[in-house]
Amino acid sequence: MAYTSKQVFLNGIWLENPVYRQVLGICSSLAVTNLMANTLFMCFGVIFTTSLSNVTISLLRNFIPKRIRMIVQVLIIASFVMMVDIIIKALAPDIHRFIGPYVGLIITNCIIMGRAEAFASQNKPILSLYDGIASGIGYSLMLIAIALVREPLGQGTILGMALPKRDLWWHSWIIMIMPPGAFFMLGIFTWFARGWLTRQEGKR
Amino acid sequence: MDHLQNNMGIVMSIILIFTSAAFTDNILLTRFLGMCSCLGVSRKVGTSIGLGLAVIFVTASTAALNFLVYQYILIPLGIGYLRLITFIVIIAAFVQLVEMIVERVSEKLYYALGIFLPLITVNCAILGISLFMLNKPYSFWQAFAFGAGGGFGWFLAITIIGGIREKIKENELPRGLEGPAITLIIIGIMALAFVGFSGMIKI
Repeated sequence: MAYTSKQVFLNGIWLENPVYRQVLGICSSLAVTNLMANTLFMCFGVIFTTSLSNVTISLLRNFIPKRIRMIVQVLIIASFVMMVDIIIKALAPDIHRFIGPYVGLIITNCIIMGRAEAFASQNKPILSLYDGIASGIGYSLMLIAIALVREPLGQGTILGMALPKRDLWWHSWIIMIMPPGAFFMLGIFTWFARGWLTRQEGKR
Repeated sequence: MDHLQNNMGIVMSIILIFTSAAFTDNILLTRFLGMCSCLGVSRKVGTSIGLGLAVIFVTASTAALNFLVYQYILIPLGIGYLRLITFIVIIAAFVQLVEMIVERVSEKLYYALGIFLPLITVNCAILGISLFMLNKPYSFWQAFAFGAGGGFGWFLAITIIGGIREKIKENELPRGLEGPAITLIIIGIMALAFVGFSGMIKI
């Protein structure tokens, strides 16, 4: 299996996008998208973890015994997540209070485990780094898109800043910052993205 | 007398924590945990129930185990920041152990639950319950009730989703809406109903 780095990026970001295409990592993408600030911190955490754990696992791929590779991978991922947890706690304690448990859950985020198992355990370190970054970015773009809809509709703000003259004309949709709004938005995004992709494949 | 009232209070709080974890704070519908395996496995009611039961058992036991380890080992040693790595190892080891015991004890149970057990290690609901548990000052039995209630809520949600998906299997949908997209929208509508429970129980 020989991939070029361009292919790897294209796959991770769009063609094989982890969120809508492979339906991985859904939990956190629903939970943190109610506010843009939460989303950005979560994206940072995921990109950091996928890229570095991919590199580490790829470097060690010939030394890890096949039978226990899952547990070794989980431990490697968990140590990077621990770093992210401590970094976010130091930089933004307020945000950490809300997204803290979800940062911990990056460990069981299937994107990271999936990339480690499907890509990093079979490819060279540099390519694995690209793959990790690309999947991380693909995940982040989807999250930012959802947050861009949920935060303005739910609270009339973007990144905590109010929309112009919000008090005059805006009425918040409370449902958007509550859990059901998250399910609806992700459902609709998945619908459009998949519909568009199947049409593209139909043309070819 | 005081002693008796105290005991009653503890029992009541345990029941309240169980119900609120199962309904108002449903782990799947309001905290979004365990979505991946939910989307993957909820095609049929039978498999949903199997996975749900396994999850109840594992969440209740690991919540109790993790509580003990966190309170009596990690906190006294001042290494609370190692909780993530400790919890995931405990969960993985516990699931592995259960799998081995079930395999020895009952072949029938092993075939019923066996295929679901490896799936559970990576189910974020399990780790999530252990992490959310730390946000509140629970005692041991309260932590256990929180774990069992959270697992029960997950079981309830995935069984209902399995039932609905079985019903709509034959319906025609737009191409892009098939599979995960329609399931997410169904879950959204269910979440609306469960949000209606909130405010009924206050702890």
